[in-house]
Amino acid sequence: MTTTVAKNAMRKGDKTVIVEGTKMVPIFIMGKRYFVPETLTIQKAMEYAGYQFVRSCGCRGGICGACATVYRLEGDYKLYSGLACQTVVQPNMYLAQIPFYPANKVAYNIEDLPYDVTAIQTVYPETFRCVQCNTCTKVCPMDLEVMDYMAAAIRGDIQAVAEMSQSCIMCGLCASRCPAETNQYNLAELCRRLYGRYGQKKSEQVARRVEEIKSGKYDAMIAELNALSIDEFKNRYEEREWEPVISEGWQPKETKYL
Amino acid sequence: MSYTPEMKELIKKVEATRPARVERVKQGKQFPKLSLAEAHERLETYHPDYKEVGRRTFGIGPNKGDNHTYPDEVVDLFEARSRIDPDRVDLSSPDYETDILIIGGGGAGTTASLFAQENGLKIMIATKLRHGDANTIMAEGGIQSADSRIDSPYYHYLDVMGGGHFTNKPELVKAMTMDAPLIIQWLESLGMNFDKTPDGEMRLLGGGGTCRKRMHSAGDVTGAEIMRTIRDEARNRKDDITVLEYQPAVEIILDEDGKAAGAVLYNMETEEYAIVKAKAVIITTGGCGRLHIQGFATTNHYGATMDGIVMAYRAGVSHCFLYATQYHPTGAAFPEQNVGLLITEKMRTAGAQPVNIDGEEFTFPLEPRDVESSNIIRECMDVGKGVLTPVGRIGVWLDTPMIDMLRGEGTAERDFPAKFIQFKRYGIDLSKEPLLIYPTLHYQNGGVTASDWGETSVPGLFVAGEVLGGSHGENRLMGNSLLDINVFGRRAGIRAAEYVNQGVTLKKLTLDHVRAFHKELEAAGIETDRISPMLLPDYSNPEVRAKQLSARYFGTLR
Repeated sequence: MTTTVAKNAMRKGDKTVIVEGTKMVPIFIMGKRYFVPETLTIQKAMEYAGYQFVRSCGCRGGICGACATVYRLEGDYKLYSGLACQTVVQPNMYLAQIPFYPANKVAYNIEDLPYDVTAIQTVYPETFRCVQCNTCTKVCPMDLEVMDYMAAAIRGDIQAVAEMSQSCIMCGLCASRCPAETNQYNLAELCRRLYGRYGQKKSEQVARRVEEIKSGKYDAMIAELNALSIDEFKNRYEEREWEPVISEGWQPKETKYL
Repeated sequence: MSYTPEMKELIKKVEATRPARVERVKQGKQFPKLSLAEAHERLETYHPDYKEVGRRTFGIGPNKGDNHTYPDEVVDLFEARSRIDPDRVDLSSPDYETDILIIGGGGAGTTASLFAQENGLKIMIATKLRHGDANTIMAEGGIQSADSRIDSPYYHYLDVMGGGHFTNKPELVKAMTMDAPLIIQWLESLGMNFDKTPDGEMRLLGGGGTCRKRMHSAGDVTGAEIMRTIRDEARNRKDDITVLEYQPAVEIILDEDGKAAGAVLYNMETEEYAIVKAKAVIITTGGCGRLHIQGFATTNHYGATMDGIVMAYRAGVSHCFLYATQYHPTGAAFPEQNVGLLITEKMRTAGAQPVNIDGEEFTFPLEPRDVESSNIIRECMDVGKGVLTPVGRIGVWLDTPMIDMLRGEGTAERDFPAKFIQFKRYGIDLSKEPLLIYPTLHYQNGGVTASDWGETSVPGLFVAGEVLGGSHGENRLMGNSLLDINVFGRRAGIRAAEYVNQGVTLKKLTLDHVRAFHKELEAAGIETDRISPMLLPDYSNPEVRAKQLSARYFGTLR
């Protein structure tokens, strides 16, 4: 390998590199045919076709939920879905994006809610219309067990909903396919907040440190650092003791700045 | 696209050295850290900031002649004309009036809105894409706060200053490190789901350049969890907090006394402009990864185009540290569909080591980011032990299977669920195969010059988050950006509310500063058809653009 190759390798920005000879395949963007390189994601294929996104494009990395896309393949009755930024094109796919889904978001005050099923009944009563059809699970681009967390919500198991929905990107695909018109992702958000607010214990150590800071315990230490010459400061920096990767029971020798 | 047969063959070399490397980590042995002097030399030789090619000084505005050179991609945005002609904008009958206008609906803006609203004010958030579309949502690894028994703000402060090459603004570092536990407690009270032990204590991890474990996280979706939580809370307060989506600001409006008085907004869909009159303005527009400085791929959000600094500059506010850009050491280099994607630093804090084509360690895994990136660039460019991808990109391995070997089977999938699925889609199981990585454009480092309460030199104009410069000096450490958006979002929200509540009388609104900026451009001999803020990058196919031959954009069809 030569350095020249390497330096060229750096200067490609966000553009997907298309190797010479890459096969071009037809895709149908909202029914209209374009030929695009077969290695591209739906998002980059649409840009290749000439689109510049305003909607339906966000993080471009699979975490923001802006680019939910539904598609069918020619000769197949099934409806597929995915994130445009994460799904590679297939020949003869017919696709459309869902830039916005009018989901029900109810305003509530977290301080007024109980930590049990009545919170769900109050804020999102439609949750109990769930018919356990599993369409939401099938459509989820993050492979979440959506139907199972809906069942947990109906049982009032808020912790289970929070944990099972942790990777939810709120793309709205579940709600878009729900025959019971529930709103899984806003319900999951409610449950995560309830779990964080009431289910998880508060960190006593964090509370203690907040009080210590308020009491002024660290003011003199920071002032001491600010008064050092740059060389003295650098010495302090280089002399820091380093907590090891596996640090069970490790204690620093210097304790006066703790 | 899983690994090619050639790459699978190379992975065997990594597997061959893995057991011995794992054993060494268990004994507390790693590749040694560089000394400050060695690190400095490494940066000077390999870090993209230290190259003079593709950089120039500022020819106009408050930073003219400040002895720094900046990437051309940055200076181009400032040496550009406004999107609007001030003479055609009618400021006499505003479309909206509010107490505080917040420009940018990411983490900093949303936090600012919550604290300002608690002071009894009406808030309007104008944002370019959807509420929450921001780099915040993409931050994975964690948020720093020195609250463990073997840690303190003293060490956090030392780490931040060292990471920033001792150039940081001390008062901003003090605000950040001393407010950190308060912010964690606030997020807890809103119901954010932190990774905790059953007794409620935080599961803390280390980070690059941090001498103690102080990373608080929510799996590998920490930023998303913060954003989801605070956005949900802002939506709960919709009577006081109005959000305008797909309607970014393009210019700050001042009043005749030079106070901030609102902004000109651009509706991205109807293409009309609207005037917001506000008693105070907080800019929270984030960073600039989408400028692709020096051709680098980026981890940033689609809208990260430096808009806020450009607007503030035209209003007369200087910037600082913009000469320093952060390249995250571990951006994905394969598969091609994932290129540039962030591979969280938390992977290295969990034990994954960067190794070269021969499966050898070549860097301490947790150097500050700029040093770690330089070490990886050096390994590829000079040592010649990088791995080439089928399309000619280059990278080194991040040996992720070490995580399960060090922390137990299933740890990688459990702690990195989002990343796990992103690679599983392409047939790569990161708990069994290493990832190919290369540095990628990640963070702005510098930004608008402001006080530790986010106040700029223009009365009534505040900034917070990535758009604010100085807290990280020349190089930010992991976990301090999720911290700074909240610390300075809170502070700017509180201070802006105080400013408004003490009584603000706006005089006649004006865009004279934009006219003056245009004159300064002309006087400096800068003739250009560039316009800014950029708002969005253009990734559409240039071959298609070349065929867009409409001679005039008039008539019935745009």
